[in-house]
Amino acid sequence: MATLVAAPEAAAPAPVRRTRRRRRHWRQGFVPWLFLAPALAFFGVFKFWPTVWGIWLSVFRVRPYLGNQWVGFANYRHAFKDTLLHTAVWHTVLDAFVTVAVSAFVGFFLALLLEGPSRTLRLVRTAVFLPVVTAMVAVAELWGVLLFPARYGAVNSLIGHLGLGPEPFLNSPHSALWSVMLIQIWKSAPYDMVIFVAGLAGIDRQLYEACSIDGANAWHRLRYVTLPALRPITTIVITLGIIRGLRVFTEIYVLTNGGPAGATETVTTFGYKQATTGNDTGYATAISTMLLAATVVLTALVLWWRRRREDA
Amino acid sequence: MRADTALGLRMPRGRAPRRVVRVLLCVLVLAIFLLPFWTLVMTALSGATMQSGEVALLPRQPTFANVTDAWHFGVARGLLNSLIVVAVGLTLQVSVSALAAYSLARKRFRGASLVLLVLLATMMMPEEIIAIPLYLVLGKIPQPITGGTLIDSYGGLILPLVGWALPIYVLTGFMRTIPDELEEAARIDGAGDFGIFLRVIVPLCRPALATCAVFGFLMIWDQYLLPLLVAQSKNTYTLTLVVTSLQSSQELSQGVRLAAALILLVPSVIVYLLLQRFFERGLLSGSLKG
Repeated sequence: MATLVAAPEAAAPAPVRRTRRRRRHWRQGFVPWLFLAPALAFFGVFKFWPTVWGIWLSVFRVRPYLGNQWVGFANYRHAFKDTLLHTAVWHTVLDAFVTVAVSAFVGFFLALLLEGPSRTLRLVRTAVFLPVVTAMVAVAELWGVLLFPARYGAVNSLIGHLGLGPEPFLNSPHSALWSVMLIQIWKSAPYDMVIFVAGLAGIDRQLYEACSIDGANAWHRLRYVTLPALRPITTIVITLGIIRGLRVFTEIYVLTNGGPAGATETVTTFGYKQATTGNDTGYATAISTMLLAATVVLTALVLWWRRRREDA
Repeated sequence: MRADTALGLRMPRGRAPRRVVRVLLCVLVLAIFLLPFWTLVMTALSGATMQSGEVALLPRQPTFANVTDAWHFGVARGLLNSLIVVAVGLTLQVSVSALAAYSLARKRFRGASLVLLVLLATMMMPEEIIAIPLYLVLGKIPQPITGGTLIDSYGGLILPLVGWALPIYVLTGFMRTIPDELEEAARIDGAGDFGIFLRVIVPLCRPALATCAVFGFLMIWDQYLLPLLVAQSKNTYTLTLVVTSLQSSQELSQGVRLAAALILLVPSVIVYLLLQRFFERGLLSGSLKG
């Protein structure tokens, strides 16, 4: 582009060519934006406008028909004192960490078990993957039935054969959050499995050969070849999973709606209630803004940490 | 013995005891992940009256009565609405993303990397966070078809889903791998930018477009919070909303509710099974390069 601007002095029939070049130059600068325009419009209206407006509203007391009232940081101060919100934050963090860690663990063992190119194994992997593609609402509906608290409920009669239960599962404040986690792990472990299977397939076979020549057993091979090779993928799976886990909404809302007795209330369900039944949109947007800030900070930390590791 | 996998497990030629253990583990895993679906189908197709929480492993008095009941209690309309939302939404989402990706991958212009960064940053900005202000935004945008705003309209259900960073990311990466010569040849033949995009780039991007279509389908089909806020009458309820609204109506049996859930999950399972290879490719490009 720089050459286009510098060149015209040399050209003899200057006026015509110059305007042509200028038009072409202008067109070249314009065309990329023309292709981008629809995307920018949709992102602008439905992503960035709500984000900015949400942050803006968080410093108001939002009153329909009466006009919003500026309250400064009162919504945020309220959030820091609101013990119900603190419990919701704790549930969210616990849920994100436990489900992501256990899913990665289970997914890793599924990958070890089901790794391989054979047709049968591919078929088994396809079947195991089905929970991932199933809509969360359908999964929640299904498990809500399977975890029925009576002795004849599906899971209860199963663990009854082992002499356990009956468990109240989603119906007791003591077990509801764990039951939700169980369902989330069931849905997300196969996702991690596929990623680990790809990671395992990418390991240099010669390393395994070298191991067997050195007389290493399966455990040594796993410990000194497989695990180190999978470390980069594992950190990505876990960090991205936790960041995504902070936004958990649908399964909680459908399965328990935060109950019983607030035992499964998370940040997003709590915020949703503040905005709808609580009629306090300002407070809800303050909560969302803090969740957004937490997400941004976590993401930045992960990116920074990964770059530092790559440099080292 | 050649070691092929991390644990040196080989299905056909492993030693007998190991093989038995492995097969047993596979059966157990399959039971954990498939049995719930199996009981869902069997219970939905059972005609016998069952207590709430009771499920069937084999159909008791097999019948489609639950399915037809669910169909009449709003599932038909919900399915229609969901199909409309997914058809229009997916077409718009993929077209808009392809246009943007063409510009980002194959044009040099000032601000390109900034635009890409800003668009991709929204991947980490969950919809759940902007849901409430998005609802207020939708309430401000008029829509011409029935009058009123985007609230309680197809527009409100569809338009917020069009801008999505994942297909832009996937398509930008893919379009960068297309050799420049093809584009140059078309340009010499007199094709304009849009002609090149439509006749050269898009046909070459078919596998990546298929990947985006699978992910887009599942993303739109799975939507719950957005319809929960936008749809306010039964006429705009999507299938996910219908399924959860049946949950709260006490007079319907559990079989009917499970039948509705079954109708909700069948389309996504079909799409996944048909386009599986495109799905896995996208999954890996999306998460490994994160």
